[in-house]
Amino acid sequence: MAKQIAIRDAFGAALKKLGEVNERVVALEADVGNSSKSILFGQAFPDRYFNVGIAELNMTSMAAGLALSGMIPYVNTFATFLTSRALDPVISLIAYDHLDVKLCGTYSGLSDSFDGASHHSICDLSAVRSLPGMTVISVCDAVETEKAVFAAAELSGPVYLRLSRAPAPVIYPENMDFQVGKGIILREGSDIAILATGYMVHKALEAAKMLEKKGISARVADIHTISPIDRDLLIDCAKTCGKIITVEEHSISGGLGSAVCEVLSETCPVPVKRLGLTEYSESGDYEEILEKAGLSGACIAEKAEKLIKGN
Amino acid sequence: MPLTKERREALEELCLSLRKDLVTILHRIQTGHPGGSLSATEIITTLYQEKMYLPAPDDPDRDRFVLSKGHAVPMLYLNLAEKGFIPKEELLTLRQAGSRLQGHPCAHKTPGIDVSAGPLGLGLSAGLGMALAGRLQKRNHTVYVLLGDGELQEGGCWEAAMAAAKFNPGNLIAIVDHNGVQLDGTNDEIMPVGDLAAKFRSFGWETLSCDGHDVSAFSDAVDQAKQIHDKPAVIIAETVKGKGISFMEGKNTWHGKPISDVDYQAALNELGGDANG
Repeated sequence: MAKQIAIRDAFGAALKKLGEVNERVVALEADVGNSSKSILFGQAFPDRYFNVGIAELNMTSMAAGLALSGMIPYVNTFATFLTSRALDPVISLIAYDHLDVKLCGTYSGLSDSFDGASHHSICDLSAVRSLPGMTVISVCDAVETEKAVFAAAELSGPVYLRLSRAPAPVIYPENMDFQVGKGIILREGSDIAILATGYMVHKALEAAKMLEKKGISARVADIHTISPIDRDLLIDCAKTCGKIITVEEHSISGGLGSAVCEVLSETCPVPVKRLGLTEYSESGDYEEILEKAGLSGACIAEKAEKLIKGN
Repeated sequence: MPLTKERREALEELCLSLRKDLVTILHRIQTGHPGGSLSATEIITTLYQEKMYLPAPDDPDRDRFVLSKGHAVPMLYLNLAEKGFIPKEELLTLRQAGSRLQGHPCAHKTPGIDVSAGPLGLGLSAGLGMALAGRLQKRNHTVYVLLGDGELQEGGCWEAAMAAAKFNPGNLIAIVDHNGVQLDGTNDEIMPVGDLAAKFRSFGWETLSCDGHDVSAFSDAVDQAKQIHDKPAVIIAETVKGKGISFMEGKNTWHGKPISDVDYQAALNELGGDANG
């Protein structure tokens, strides 16, 4: 079994590493530094770390000011708070002026499982994906996390980086080719394409293995960049496989599934089944509530089979 | 340094002239916010034409200005034109499609606008971020943030006030345009803001106050505020909404009302100009 590293730990380590090589990088935190792991940056660079307390709106507006004066702020809090309480300056300052602010939404999806629906994040992608010029990245393992943290600093303009609390298998080699806007085919297949993002990538891989035993060849792709989405890859999946399932730890409205449908409806319409949340989840063990939401490997395999059979 | 008599008179004359230009532009385009622009006239003009270090709109060492009460932006555009950052002919394009002069401040369209604004309550935070960046970059600039009093009803302002006291960049000066009136009525009618100086003091700020229409008094208050480094400083500038045009003064209805031909002529008569001027 692959080594497991929590995305948040990989993020904290990567941010610190970035701070070592880029003096323009600063980090802001709203009193969850021990959870987001931004604390690692703070301990290394206390002068460039601003813990604003429980004040997400102020934090995000401060980041806008820092960016307007040439710094590259990484803004940290839970994904759900970053895209609700702090959304105003994201819309009116950061996206509007295309500022170099990197919004790091941790504990996304259901990954803060026991804290319950108030701390889950199932509409963050829809909130940021509609903003002009916003790059939206959602990572699935420790290596990809570090690549994304570094890539965000190089990108001009705002980035939303979707992070997770969950320990995740490390599936990428250190030298992986991470390119913003380019999805990665993890497994070839021709009967159906499973397009997944974040932690769901691992579930999609599990599902593909189950389908293989039933003689179904499933392609699996890691769509780590939700916006701008990899149109060429989506069209290729539609042409090659003819049927598509999207899997995300997010509402089926406004996230990956919607983005895929938007592209394919205009270019290469094929049946698409969107898997994700249709209602608020609840407190509980992470894997258990994912399964209840239909987001286990077995659930995905079942839906894939149904789609292939045309019902 | 106190203003000399000459500078004081020159600034007073300029403020009068900018008021005339303001009503002329807003009358012509039949949109925009006269009330808050008129209350902030001396504040913005004294900062831009006297106090701020502004060799060029993109000089990294320049002083910064955040118009957090973004609806007063016509008075800011007039001052940017006065500085030569935008051509005066462009002022009449305000709020028109294709113009660089948006209805609210837009940092990426207009040379000399340091921070975008519109939704109230964000500017003090943004100004704090700029001030902290200045400290990190070892620059010597001052960041001024102009807030409305109604704006201080936004809770985010107080998040920023707390944070400014904690991080104390040493180069942040807030100014409250305390005209007592907001869109729907007076502050007291809509949502009393209480003793603003006491509020800021309790958040760890040094507070100063002055007559916001007296260019010398305001200039002195800025000088005093610049001497305070152990905490952030706020100047509560006592002002009158619609200042200078009697029928607009203190009237919430003039927050954002188009100026009719009759009112325009009356305004010019009071300001000592003529409709052709």
